[in-house]
Amino acid sequence: MIYDMKPEQVIGDYKEVRLDLFGGISRVCLYTEIETPYPDGKLIVSTTDNSGVITHVNKSFVEMSGYTEDELLNAPHSILRHPDMPPAAFKDLWDTISAGKKWQGYVKNLRKDGGYYWVKATVIPNVRNGVVVGYTSVRRKPSRSKVEACIKLYPTLF
Amino acid sequence: MPYTLTVSPDFTPDHLSGWYIFNTWLQKTTGEAIHLEIFNSFLAQHEAIQDDEIDLIFANPFDAAMLVREKGFLPLVMAQGRSDEAVIAVSSDSPIIDVTELLPGCRVAVTEDPDVRLMGMIMLEPADLATDNVQTHVCDSYVLVAKQLLRGDADVGIFLAEAYDGLSNIIKKQLKMLVRSQIDVIHHALMVGPRLVDRRDELRNTLLAMNNDEKGQDILKNLRFDAWNSVEDADMEFMIDLMDTLNT
Repeated sequence: MIYDMKPEQVIGDYKEVRLDLFGGISRVCLYTEIETPYPDGKLIVSTTDNSGVITHVNKSFVEMSGYTEDELLNAPHSILRHPDMPPAAFKDLWDTISAGKKWQGYVKNLRKDGGYYWVKATVIPNVRNGVVVGYTSVRRKPSRSKVEACIKLYPTLF
Repeated sequence: MPYTLTVSPDFTPDHLSGWYIFNTWLQKTTGEAIHLEIFNSFLAQHEAIQDDEIDLIFANPFDAAMLVREKGFLPLVMAQGRSDEAVIAVSSDSPIIDVTELLPGCRVAVTEDPDVRLMGMIMLEPADLATDNVQTHVCDSYVLVAKQLLRGDADVGIFLAEAYDGLSNIIKKQLKMLVRSQIDVIHHALMVGPRLVDRRDELRNTLLAMNNDEKGQDILKNLRFDAWNSVEDADMEFMIDLMDTLNT
C-alpha cells in the first residue's frame, strides 16, 4: 500500500504536490530541500515483483528511505518517487526492463521525511527458467558531476 | 577417477593449509577420492572450469554466474558471517582524505581478484573514475598493492577487506583507509558440479553438521570461520542478479 504523505512526518519547510504514479496510483507528496548524502561504501538493494511492488529490501534501503521495512514491503517502488523526477525517466526504465534489458540512470529519491537523496540506479529483470519473475534494483553513490548534470537536465524533460 | 576440489585463487597462501586439512576430512567423511587443486591465477582456474575438470569449488561471486548458467554448478554452502568487502586506501603521506579528491589518470593498484576489483571501482565512481580513465597496476598479492602505495608507485589501492586487515601493523600504519564497503550480501560459496550433483543434499548436510563436533570445529577454525550456512538456489540467483547489476 502507499499513502499520502502527512505533514507530521515531514522535517522542515515543504512544498505539496499530487503525483500520478505508475499503475494508476495517485499520491500527495510533501517535499523539502534537505538532502541526505549517500553514504560511502554502501549499496541500496531491493527486489520487486513484475508490477513494481517491493518484495525485498536491505538495511541500507531502510536507513536511506526513512521508512521501516514493514512500510516498504508490499508498497509500490514508486513510494520513492520525487516530484523533481521527470515521468519520461520512469517510462524509459519500464520500457527497458520490460524488454528484458538492464536500465541504468541517476535518480533523485524522496524520503519519508520529505528530504531527498541522489543515487546511481541499476535495474535488471530477474529471469528464472526463461520467465521474468521480478526485478532487482541496486543503488550506489553517484558522482557529483553526474548529479549536477541531471539537476540541469531533468527540469527540461517535463 | 578422483573428483577435484579447488579454491578461488584470491586466498593468501596461509589460508591454503586449512583447505588441505578440510579436503582430507571431506575425503574421509564422504568416502570419495578428492584431489585439491590450487591454481596460481584466475586464468588457469577458468581454463580448468571450461575443460570440465572441477567438481567442487569455493567460488568467487564473480564466477558464480558462469558456474551456474554455463557449467551446471549448484550452490551448497557459504562461510558463516563472511561477506566479501573491499577497502580503498592511500599512503598515509597522501594529501587525499576523500575518494572524491582523486583525479582521472590516477594510478590504481589492484589484484586480479575480480569481485574486489569490481566493488573497489564502484567506490571510486563518485570521483568520476572508471577503468577507462585510470592507470591500473595489477599486482600478484595485496601485500604488493600496499607496497605500490608505500613506494609511491600508485596513488590508491583496492584491497579485499580481510586482506587489508591482515596486513602487518607496520604496513597498516603507513596506509590511510578512505572507504570500506558494507555490502553484506556478496560472498564466496562452495559449489558442486555436474558429476557430484546427485550427492548435493548429502554433501550439504555433512557440511552443515561440521561444527557439531570438536574435530569439525578445529578444521573450520583453520579455514577462519565457525560454521557453514546453507545457500539455496534462490539465494544464489539473487547474488548473481546483484553481480549483474554491479558489473556495468
